[in-house]
Parts: sequence; C-alpha cells; structure tokens
Amino acid sequence: MSMQASVPAPGRRIGEGRRFLSAPALIYLILVTQIPFAMTIWFAFTNWNLLRPASAGFIGWDSMFRNFARILQNPDFYTVLFNTLYLTIAVAVLTFAFGMAFALLLDRPFPGRAIARTLLISPFLMMPVASSVVWKNLLLEPSFGLSAWVFRSLGLTSVYLVQEAPMLSIIGIVSWQWTPFVMLILLAGLQSLPDDVVEAAQLDGAGPIAQFRYVTLPHLRRFIEIAMLLEVIFILNIFGHIFVVTSGGPGIQTTNLPYQIFLEAFSRWNIGRASTYGIFAIILANLVIIAFLQVLRRKREEETA
Amino acid sequence: MKRSALLAVAFALAALTAGSAFAQTTVTIATVNNPDMQVMQELSTRFEAENPDVDLEWLVLDEGTLRSRVTTDAATGSASFDIVTVGAYDTPLWGANDWLLSIEQLAEQYPGAAEGYDFADLLPAIRDGLSYQGVLFAVPFYGESSFTMYNRRILDEAGLTMPDAPTWEEVAEIACAVHDPANGITGIALRGKPGWGDNMAPITTVVNTFGGQWFDAEGVPQIDSPEWHAAISFYADLVQRCGPAGVTGVSFPEALALMSQGRAAIWVDATVAAGFLAGSPAGPDIDHALAPVGPVAKGNQWLWSWNLGIPSTSDAAEAAFRFLMWATSKDYIELVAEEKGWAAVPPGTRISTYQRPEYLAAAPFAEMVLGAIQAADPLDATAEPQVAPGVQFVQIPEFQGIGADVAQVVAEILAGDTDVASGLQRAQRIAAEAMQDAGYY
Repeated sequence: MSMQASVPAPGRRIGEGRRFLSAPALIYLILVTQIPFAMTIWFAFTNWNLLRPASAGFIGWDSMFRNFARILQNPDFYTVLFNTLYLTIAVAVLTFAFGMAFALLLDRPFPGRAIARTLLISPFLMMPVASSVVWKNLLLEPSFGLSAWVFRSLGLTSVYLVQEAPMLSIIGIVSWQWTPFVMLILLAGLQSLPDDVVEAAQLDGAGPIAQFRYVTLPHLRRFIEIAMLLEVIFILNIFGHIFVVTSGGPGIQTTNLPYQIFLEAFSRWNIGRASTYGIFAIILANLVIIAFLQVLRRKREEETA
Repeated sequence: MKRSALLAVAFALAALTAGSAFAQTTVTIATVNNPDMQVMQELSTRFEAENPDVDLEWLVLDEGTLRSRVTTDAATGSASFDIVTVGAYDTPLWGANDWLLSIEQLAEQYPGAAEGYDFADLLPAIRDGLSYQGVLFAVPFYGESSFTMYNRRILDEAGLTMPDAPTWEEVAEIACAVHDPANGITGIALRGKPGWGDNMAPITTVVNTFGGQWFDAEGVPQIDSPEWHAAISFYADLVQRCGPAGVTGVSFPEALALMSQGRAAIWVDATVAAGFLAGSPAGPDIDHALAPVGPVAKGNQWLWSWNLGIPSTSDAAEAAFRFLMWATSKDYIELVAEEKGWAAVPPGTRISTYQRPEYLAAAPFAEMVLGAIQAADPLDATAEPQVAPGVQFVQIPEFQGIGADVAQVVAEILAGDTDVASGLQRAQRIAAEAMQDAGYY
C-alpha cells in the first residue's frame, strides 16, 4: 500500500494562516453535531416527560443511573439491540453479495450497458419513504400486488410477506435500496483496475476464478472497506422503512434502536429515556465501527505478514 | 398602443392597492384524517367565502403522527398552528400546561364570533372532559361512547336474543353459541392489536366493570389485582374461543370490516361505528345494545371526543376563534346535513342534534348513543377512586407510555404466548417503575 506514501503530506508547505480557512466548516460541524450530542447527554440527566413541562429540569446522576438501569433491566432492550444488529449485518451481507455481482456484470462491455447501469442505480435514488410505500402497497400487497401475482402464478396461495416475515421484508427492502450503493463503489474500483495487471495474470495462466481471487479482490479491498463502513453507519440508523412498512411491529419484532428512540420520545413523551437510548445508539455505532476496522486491520496485517 | 399600456399599469396599481387594503390572516389548522374532519375541510371553503380576510391552511395527519406533531410543537413553544385537533385524553393535560387558550376568555374577548353559539347546548359529559379546573380549553367536534352492536339475523338463526343491557357473561354465551369459523362466522369481534387507544380501550372498560382499575387514588398501579386477573382471563378466553383469528392484529378497522360483511355476530366498540355499519352490506341486520357490564356496573361505556383548540402561541387567535365557533356550531351541523345528509353529521357534541327528528330518523341508534355518552362518567368509572379521571384511559401524562407497554403484554396474553398471572405481574412492574420514576409515590 505504497500509494498513500507517495502522495505529499498535505498542509506542510502551505502557510499556517490558511488553516483558518477551514474554521467556518469546523464551527458549522461543531454546531450541528456536538451541540445536539451535548443536549442528548443533558436530557439523559432529566426525567422530562413532554406532557409535563415542569419535569424538564436537571436532576442529576440519580436520574441518569435510573434511565440507564431501567433500559438495561428491560428485556425488550435486548430484542431491540438484536434486531438492530441482525438488520445491519444481514443487509451488509446481502448488499455486498448482490452489489459485487452487479458490479462484475456491469464491468463487462455489453450493448445497453449505460441503460442497465442507470436502472440498477435508480433504487438508491428513491426516497426511503417512497420506496417503502411502493413495496408495501404495490409489490407486497397480498391481494392485488406483484407478490400476489407471483404466488398465484406458482400455484401457491398468496401471503402477506410483511405480516408473515416482517424482519425479512424489511431486510429485503433495505437491501434492495442499498445494493446500488455498494455496486457503484465496487464498479468504480473495478474500472480503476489496470488492464496490464489483468493481462499479466492471464499470461500467467490464471483462470477467471483465480483472477478474481488474487487480482480483483485485493485491488478492491479499499473500495469494499469504504462501501461497507459507510453502509453499516447508515443501516444502523434505518428508520423510514420501518416507520412506513411495519411501524416496528408486530410487537417489537422489527423495532431497531432508532425506532425505539422515536417511540420513547414521540409516543411516550419520555425525553429523558429517549436520550439515554440515544447514548446507547452512539455507543453501539462506535463499537460496531471499531470492531469493523479492527477486523479489517487484522486481515491486512495477516496478508502483509 | 400607448394608451393601452397606461391602462394596464393603472389596473395593475389598482389591483395592488386593493390587495394590500385587504390583508389576509392565515390560520393554520392541524387535524386528524378521519371522515368527519375531511368533511370539515371540504366545507371550509364556505367559511372562507363568508370570511374573505381569513385564509385557511390545513395539515391533515393520521392520529399517531398528529398527536406527536402537535404535542412536540406545543411543548417546544413553536407556533406552527393556530388551531389544533386534540383528543379527550390530551385536552385537560394541555390546559394544565397553559398550552391552550381558554375558550370562555376568547368568547368574552370576541363576542361577535361566539354569538349564537349556545355553550349550554354542548353535551355536559363531553364538555366537562375538556375542562381543567373548570376552564374550558377546547370545543368538541365529535364525541363517542361505546356500545354493543350485533347481527340480529345471525342471532335469530340460532334462536338467541340479545338483552338491551347485557352482561359480559350473556354476551360471551351468545358469542360462543354462534361462533362458527368453518362457515366464516366469528362469534365476537374485539380488539387485540396492542396500543393504549387500540386494545386497551375496550379492555379497560372490561377491567372497570370487573372492579379493577389502573391505579389507586395515589397513583400506585393495581394491575396485578384479582380483578384485573379475572377481567383479562375473561377477555383472553373469549377472544381465543369465540373471537377472530389473529386477534392481535384486530383493531377498529379490522373489526368493522368483519362486522360490515356479516362475518361477525357481535362487536363491542365505539358508537361512531354504528354510522359506518348502517351503510354497509350487513347494515339492515345490525342492532344495538348497551355496553356489557360485569360484576361492577360502571366504567363499561367509554367517552372520547376529538376537539378543536387554539394554542397559546397562535398569532391569529381572533380569526382562529371565528373558525372554531363556525366549525362546531349548530349551523355547521345543519350545513353538513344539507350537503351530506343527516346520517353524516358529527355526532356526540350537541343536545340539539339529538332533538332533530331528521337525525333520529337517519340514525336509529342515536338515542342509545346519547344515553351512553350521558351515562359515561370519567370521574366515577372505577370501583375505587383513581388518581385521575378517564374511563378507557387515565388522564396523567405517564399513561400513554404505561398504556403502550401494558398493551404489548396484554397482546402477548391474548396470543397465548404468556399466561395471565406472569403477564400481569410484568405489566404491574412496568407501571410501578414508571409511576415511581415520575414521583407519584
């Protein structure tokens, strides 16, 4: 990985004063990310019920500990945590598999490739709420939807997938939306693969599978990392699909952490508890990302060793 | 050529001055997307024609979204709305927080708008539910209670009759006698879908009439009491033996669908359902009885209303008040009757509606509805005193959260995933934690 070392380190030769140029962006970032974060921590110290304005005052460690303890003692919390991880991992795996397959296919020249690429990208350009409505009410609808037609054509009785397999439906819909994202990044990676390397591999007698394993995959490593990391961050925060398709139900079968925060704040009015959940969400996101980076780093070390 | 250009400029100027002399007040209304409100929005063009200085803007949302939108708006003091639609549960809580303007004060301030409104004509039970410490904070748009609806044809075929004031035992007996899933007939349609406004509404009335209650006078939860145990066991047994399949997915719309297609024999739910059923395929067969009672003869009929109020942050209170008075007036009810027919007028708000022979003819169940609304008493719905008023809810800010959690547990019990005793113990613990956290005891 000598590519990075050959790039001159930025900023060294540029005048120190010019660093202030980044100040507005930095201040803006602090304003829009750190202040809400600080507010979240502040609210976790309260027992604020939105319908009881007098309860908004700062209470202190007691309230913080109680908010944490109540959440940790609540068996539903672990279901929600599991749902969040399950959804994220399943979507990551599915989108990687499909994204890679589509990227490899699109990397080959064929007539109509531009149209195919545009069509494949389009799910990602749809708003989550719009695509959820289409999936729920047009595609998966059990009496006149596309799924009903498919079931009937296969001679089966139509079932309402959203009700029968709610989590799988959500995973399917989210994967459908996010596959193009992975595909685009991997496609960019594939197109930057130098032809001479491929030719050299071919001359050395590498078959397509060996080529993919020893040339394409190592080249794509960086792209895969970026795609997966960004995706995991976004999927941990999936909300719109769940809100529209299942509303977290039945029961709490499809409630993930963001949806749980929404319920706590806007259906129970419990701002203190919702903020505490928010802190859990931040911890979880960091843990997942750290674990993710750790795995990648170890892999790289193994390979360089 | 030149002359016509001059003329055009003159006209344009005239139009401009006319426009500025005629300043428009914008009134933003947040309301819930049910049929009565849709009629109100449709007919509001009449109001705008009569009040050319007022421009109405609408935000129409489903119940859950509306509630979270307007509540966060009020709690954060942002002034997005001039009129909000608030439920019977929320109105007094909002009043206590000074989030709404007092209707009486507005009426004193703007007597012109309140002229001929006749506050005494509002049903006292509904009106009292919208007051906090004697101050009225909203006016009712429509109101409802609950009662028993049944398919007379199905009962006749089985040679059974429904008493006018049945007990739950009698209802269960009839329901199970006619329950015939093989032929697509469900004995009784009852709500099982989790939600404080879904399954817990009818279930709370059952608990009340079995002698149970959510809290005692101090706010200590009573959910693991023998009365709750009896009520939930009864309800779970009834829906499992003689209720619809997949009961935890059944709420008002699902039960309405079963009943209107003649696929359910009995349904205990909101009185507004009677109006919808009247126009359904099963309509001619539907008859009505009072809400069933258990060992304790109170709290069996609920009380709910959707109401209009003016947030204290509104900067168009005068114009908003004019619309409020228009939309809940006797004249408005006449207007709906004229345009949509008497069966479509918003029920449960005014005594005068129930004195109109046209309405009584169009809605044969009207007298029973009126009786139910008048008999429902949120201040005395439980065997022992409770911490706050309410029939199918308890008017404390914490109820929404507790109600949602307990509804979830009850749904598990109804589905047979949890037994009654351990489920209610869990529900009790959840409620006790929430009430302790809120500092009740």
